[in-house]
Amino acid sequence: MTNLLIQNATLPSGEVADIAIVGEKIVAVGKALAADSAGADATVIDATGLVALPGLVDLHTHLREPGFEQSETIYTGSQSAAAGGFTAVHAMANTSPVQDTAGVVEQVQRLGQEAGYVDVVPVGAVTVGLEGMQLAELGAMANSRARVRVFSDDGKCVHDPVLMRRALEYVKTFGGVIAQHAQEPRLTEGAQMNEGKVSADLGLTGWPAVAEESIIARDVLLAEHVGSRVHICHLSTAGSVDIIRWAKARGINVTAEVTPHHLLLTDELVRSYDAVYKVNPPLRTQEDVLALRAALADGTIDIIATDHAPHPAESKDCEWQAAAFGMLGLEIAASVAQDVLIDSGASDWNRVAAVLSGNPAKIGLLEEQGQPLVAGSIANLTLIDPKAKRVIEHSHSKSDNNPYRGLTLPGAVVHTIYRGYQTVTNGQLAEKGRPNA
Amino acid sequence: MTLKHLLSAGDLDRDTAIAILDIAEEMAGVNSRDIKKLPTLRGKTVVNLFFEDSTRTRISFELAEKRLSADVINFAAKGSSVSKGESLKDTAQTLEAMGTDAVVIRHSASGAAQVLAHSGWINGAIINAGDGTHEHPTQALLDAFTMRRRLHGAASHGKGLDGVKVVIVGDILHSRVARSNLLLLNTLGAEVHMVAPPTLFPVNTSNWNASFHYDFDTALTSVKPDAVMMLRVQGERMNASYFPTEREYSRMWGLNGDRLGLLGESTLIMHPGPMNRGLEISSVAADHKNSTVLEQVANGVSIRMAVLYHLLSGERNHQDD
Amino acid sequence: MSTRTVLTSGDIDRAITRIAHEIVESNHGTKNLILLGIPTRGVLLANRIGQVIQRHYPEFDAVAATGRLDITMYRDDLAKHPTRSVGETAIPAAGIENAVVVLIDDVLYSGRTIRAALDALNDLGRPSVVRLAVLVDRGHRELPIRADFVGKNLPTSRDERINVQLTENDGETSVVIES
Repeated sequence: MTNLLIQNATLPSGEVADIAIVGEKIVAVGKALAADSAGADATVIDATGLVALPGLVDLHTHLREPGFEQSETIYTGSQSAAAGGFTAVHAMANTSPVQDTAGVVEQVQRLGQEAGYVDVVPVGAVTVGLEGMQLAELGAMANSRARVRVFSDDGKCVHDPVLMRRALEYVKTFGGVIAQHAQEPRLTEGAQMNEGKVSADLGLTGWPAVAEESIIARDVLLAEHVGSRVHICHLSTAGSVDIIRWAKARGINVTAEVTPHHLLLTDELVRSYDAVYKVNPPLRTQEDVLALRAALADGTIDIIATDHAPHPAESKDCEWQAAAFGMLGLEIAASVAQDVLIDSGASDWNRVAAVLSGNPAKIGLLEEQGQPLVAGSIANLTLIDPKAKRVIEHSHSKSDNNPYRGLTLPGAVVHTIYRGYQTVTNGQLAEKGRPNA
Repeated sequence: MTLKHLLSAGDLDRDTAIAILDIAEEMAGVNSRDIKKLPTLRGKTVVNLFFEDSTRTRISFELAEKRLSADVINFAAKGSSVSKGESLKDTAQTLEAMGTDAVVIRHSASGAAQVLAHSGWINGAIINAGDGTHEHPTQALLDAFTMRRRLHGAASHGKGLDGVKVVIVGDILHSRVARSNLLLLNTLGAEVHMVAPPTLFPVNTSNWNASFHYDFDTALTSVKPDAVMMLRVQGERMNASYFPTEREYSRMWGLNGDRLGLLGESTLIMHPGPMNRGLEISSVAADHKNSTVLEQVANGVSIRMAVLYHLLSGERNHQDD
Repeated sequence: MSTRTVLTSGDIDRAITRIAHEIVESNHGTKNLILLGIPTRGVLLANRIGQVIQRHYPEFDAVAATGRLDITMYRDDLAKHPTRSVGETAIPAAGIENAVVVLIDDVLYSGRTIRAALDALNDLGRPSVVRLAVLVDRGHRELPIRADFVGKNLPTSRDERINVQLTENDGETSVVIES
């Protein structure tokens, strides 16, 4: 593995600096570092005009392996993540078999390590088989080699209030966190899209905002009551934002995420009945989009998490009702962050670094990710060209359910460095992952 | 405007809608003479692609197609991708390989007709014969045609439904007939009112150009409609708590004898069929002289002939959507 | 583009009168006579001819014996043009079974309109006789069709246009050739 000398990168603070990387670590950061700061044979990367961010960390990805390899594998998903500037992803538990035992989570972690493009951190299921009846062996998963700290039944809601309470209490044992997919199941039976003006016109069963908000309200109060922390997945409504804001003001230990698609797309797109826009929670109204964008900027929402959900063509190339829920997201997350926080003037690159890297690493308790770009940190970083404009077409995912196809988004990932290894060079994915020690 | 497909009642502007109604008048003439046949679609192949059981609508389309001398194929497709039958895509591509000029599709999924039309799997004209709870445009056309004929008689030609007051009653939330009628009646200048229990209205109807009532009696006495359109209510909705019992639904929203008394002398009583006699409509109302239920069926054939003529008889070199 | 008037209003009136008399003459009277105009101007001509017949033979009820036959559905060239609108067909109450049907149109050209009219009549019943009256025969037949009663024979070239105007529809009455 060659050492790297990055020259003239713009740090999140705005300061221009060089970054020297030897092996797995950043050894020096500063203006005009000596040419041999990373050793004599270091590869020099000219980062003029590029913004350097700590490697992006996704708290919510679906890698589909084991069980659904026709959509994605840990290998292809890791590649897609690296292409998007990520150096770590949390692999959600709705695989087959479900990630509800130490054995399965260790296997997922090992496959991620072998692929070598990102740290694959398995998420443990909250309940056995995601059935919502009985707690899974959270302790075993936490103590396994995978060191699971984030638990989620995502795809499904932990709707039984007693079970949710117990889960919130139990994870305090090892400082874990329950990540709730907030969806009251009875209020959303057969739901296909946001319940509103558009669903009235289209004759599709509605998914009312209250089905999300009522669960969030319940869970933040539960977390407060038992003194635990809780994380809310993919916030999608203005009402949910209000509840999180209220909860934080009250001192409740809650964190919240938002997906790129909920920051950009609305339910008006569903009028085409094109199932590429079918997702759970559904695309909402423009008012919701604006509230989520403002909340990401003002800190009410802590992170962007992609909820990258690949599906094969036969699950999307059909009538709406028969189609699967989910959209790709790993390769446009940084662009959407730039659109919401930088190009809009709402915030700055420090905030981008926080929502895409620092905060998700903190929530997931990842010590070697989301670190500041200073000497001594593990060399996980990405270099982005903010002036680039991309017409979104190709993706490295195995699947193609990409709602951004044809859109022009700002910014492009030029280089990604994962534990000192360049996984992306000049926008090109490395053919192999990082060699294991 | 020349349409390539008929997917939604909203596809029709006023002139086109009236033109279709006028053509249907001529078709009705054909349907009442001895030789009920026109050579107009000779050599064209039309497929009735019905994923949902509906003998009545299918027969209506089949008659319309045959009277225009088209070749008819009836394809009763079982299920969809959901029930692991052949997918919509594969069915469509199979038909295209066999060569069809038009597909009349009925499907249980809202938007199925639109997905089929814009998929690129099929080149012919797509006619929506009912997609889930979304739309049923030929039903709205035959309803409008029925009203126009009853109201204007022999002088119908060229006329819309300007100023006509229509009250639609029933399970609006799940009704494709209601949605298509809402669009077409507005296009033709009618005034639309809807009556239903609050549970059977969509939560947000702010986009809809209509007035909404919960009380049937008040609606009848205040609006004094020219036509009352009763929608079929599924008794099973009771199990999802849309209303407590069929008895209560019938009492509050059914067109029973007492409510008949609130109607005007010539107020039309309409129903798309099939009727639940005793639930949303009493036998007295269904068999009343002002009931148009049977002529709606007859008019269905004329309207569908007019739609087929409009979509298929002219040159077919439209731009792809 | 030059235009020349080939029939004036007076010429047309005289032609209509002559045609009306010829129709009655060939039928040996007005019994079983049905006049069917082909929309649009054929209908106006049929009305005029009917009125002339009734004026001279009061036993002929022009209103009851005159109708309109729209032939759009029977055209052989539908697929070559955008969708055509369909005109009204109104057959006299007496029907055409065993009747002497006189088809009436303004201009006879390729003959295809009349062929379509014959197909339409075939689906409506079985007249005992079908005759054809036209105001102008401009030649260039593409089918073996001929008119029984002709207002004026006007040999034309294919790139000339014949413009028939009748007051009820066009404000004035005349036949004009444009070239």
